[in-house]
Amino acid sequence: MTQLALVIDLNTCVGCHACVTSCKEWNTSGQAGPMVDQNPYAADPTGTFFNRVQSFEVGTFPNTQTVHFPKSCLHCEDPPCVPVCPTGASYKRAEDGIVLVDYDKCIGCEYCSWACPYGAREIDEQQKVMKKCTLCVDRLYDESLPEAERKPVCVLSCPTSARIYGDIHDPESDASKAISDAGGYQLMPEWGTAPANHYLPRRKVSIAVHDEDLQRVDNPLRKEDRGPRKPTTRTTLDDSTSW
Amino acid sequence: MKPAISVIFLTTLIGAGQGLFLAFYSADWFVLLGILRAPLNDYSGHAAALSVLLLALGLAASFFHLGHPERAWRAAAMWRSSWLSREVIALPAAMLLILGYAVLKISAMDSIVLLLGESIPISISMVVGFGAVLAICTLFVCTAMIYACLKFLRQWHSPLTVLNFLLMGCASGFTLASALASYSQDGRFAYFVGMAIFLTLAALIFRFATLLRNKGLRSPSSLQSAIGVHHPTIRQIAQGAMGGSFNTRAFIHNYGASIVRLARRGFLLLGFVIPLLLLQISNESSILICSLAFVLQYLGLLAERWYFFIEAEHPQNLYYQMIS
Ligand code: SF4
Ligand code: SF4
Repeated sequence: MTQLALVIDLNTCVGCHACVTSCKEWNTSGQAGPMVDQNPYAADPTGTFFNRVQSFEVGTFPNTQTVHFPKSCLHCEDPPCVPVCPTGASYKRAEDGIVLVDYDKCIGCEYCSWACPYGAREIDEQQKVMKKCTLCVDRLYDESLPEAERKPVCVLSCPTSARIYGDIHDPESDASKAISDAGGYQLMPEWGTAPANHYLPRRKVSIAVHDEDLQRVDNPLRKEDRGPRKPTTRTTLDDSTSW
Repeated sequence: MKPAISVIFLTTLIGAGQGLFLAFYSADWFVLLGILRAPLNDYSGHAAALSVLLLALGLAASFFHLGHPERAWRAAAMWRSSWLSREVIALPAAMLLILGYAVLKISAMDSIVLLLGESIPISISMVVGFGAVLAICTLFVCTAMIYACLKFLRQWHSPLTVLNFLLMGCASGFTLASALASYSQDGRFAYFVGMAIFLTLAALIFRFATLLRNKGLRSPSSLQSAIGVHHPTIRQIAQGAMGGSFNTRAFIHNYGASIVRLARRGFLLLGFVIPLLLLQISNESSILICSLAFVLQYLGLLAERWYFFIEAEHPQNLYYQMIS
């Protein structure tokens, strides 16, 4: 069985909100839209978003790190939001595991949002129906798009490739490999919702730089005793210009 | 959780309506069994009609909760999995059956259909009423399970929630029955008042037990498990929205600790203690005292249901440490 999902690398996410804006743009103009914007240019702008990036400061100054944390529906494998829905508007697709809301059936009772421990669902204040991430289901199978673009738009827009899309039930997919290689984890595992989306933890990234890497031992110039030129005391071009 | 006003009215109104019918239907049985004396003019039908009215008001209030009330009929679809869907079926079913009982009683179309143990005549209204009792019990369970089934809302996820909904609904229903009985100079007053006192006391005990239970609850979730960063010091610096979002509006209440404390004391006093005292000093002709007891108890139960929401902590609030 297929379970499509996102794997989000907290180690590379820089918190640029490109996924947030591209998500909003694609989905507000697509099948899931429009997604309301209230007071967009006034004091307290608010509206419907499927994806948000939050930021956290971890540690105590000066030993702190900023963790940017993108947050959207996790397409749980055992989604608590689905069985509670009285109308059947919320459902999980058997073929690819995407959790969706049928906007024509939803009565806007908000019960599913109470049942989601992650706060991934939002009532659209204009359409009065429950909305959430669709994993860009309207892109994934669209044959009019080039194959490379049949992915969630957030994945395509991420400048640091912090978002990996794939079938987490296929051990050979990029997503599964990322999870197993980098220690991917689920959010709030204690509730047994088995979120399909995984997060990759912050990792210490370091490379050992040896002297030999900087200076070739067998550098032919050295062999011929022609070392690097001595530093010059004359003003160089870099010193005299001031752009 | 932020209190949902229409849901507060829905649950308290239908609770009182259900309790009211149970009061009169059970009294009917005691009359049949010769334990209570039948009133001079039987107004059980009118009491049942009042019960239907309360349920209908609750139903009407619930529509204000919906974004698309015109699609409400769809909510009956998923009764196999959703307690809300089951409630949506049980509520009209209970209303219809109680209405059937009321119509039979008021229109004098009632007739004996069978004899129980050779001597106890059972009329159609008693049979329909029995169906209504089943529907009412189902409705109590469905209504409470809507909250009790959400396992990570730990303050709600307990059999106590079901018991509390049942006891508080019945208590307010019997208090209303006492008021009606005092108004109609009904010999069954003592039964209603006795039961109202017993139920209110039981409801107080279990509600208090729930308060104590919830005080000691600890969520297995933390900011650490919410974002998966296992460091003791984490400070949120951005919540992903400037002017708030559905998440900050629907789940987080901004009531100060003093208001919450006031509500807790208020509902304990108004919903339980004061009605208990009033019912205790009432007698068959104290229309005013019994009516006051019901009105105060109802207000108290509104406050109780408000507090019920405030009490519940949603794990999604962990993602909104900083409300700016
Ligand atoms: S993250 Fe929330 S809305 Fe998404 S599938 Fe899980 S429970 Fe449902
Ligand atoms: S808000 Fe819509 S999707 Fe959610 S439980 Fe209600 S009907 Fe279902």
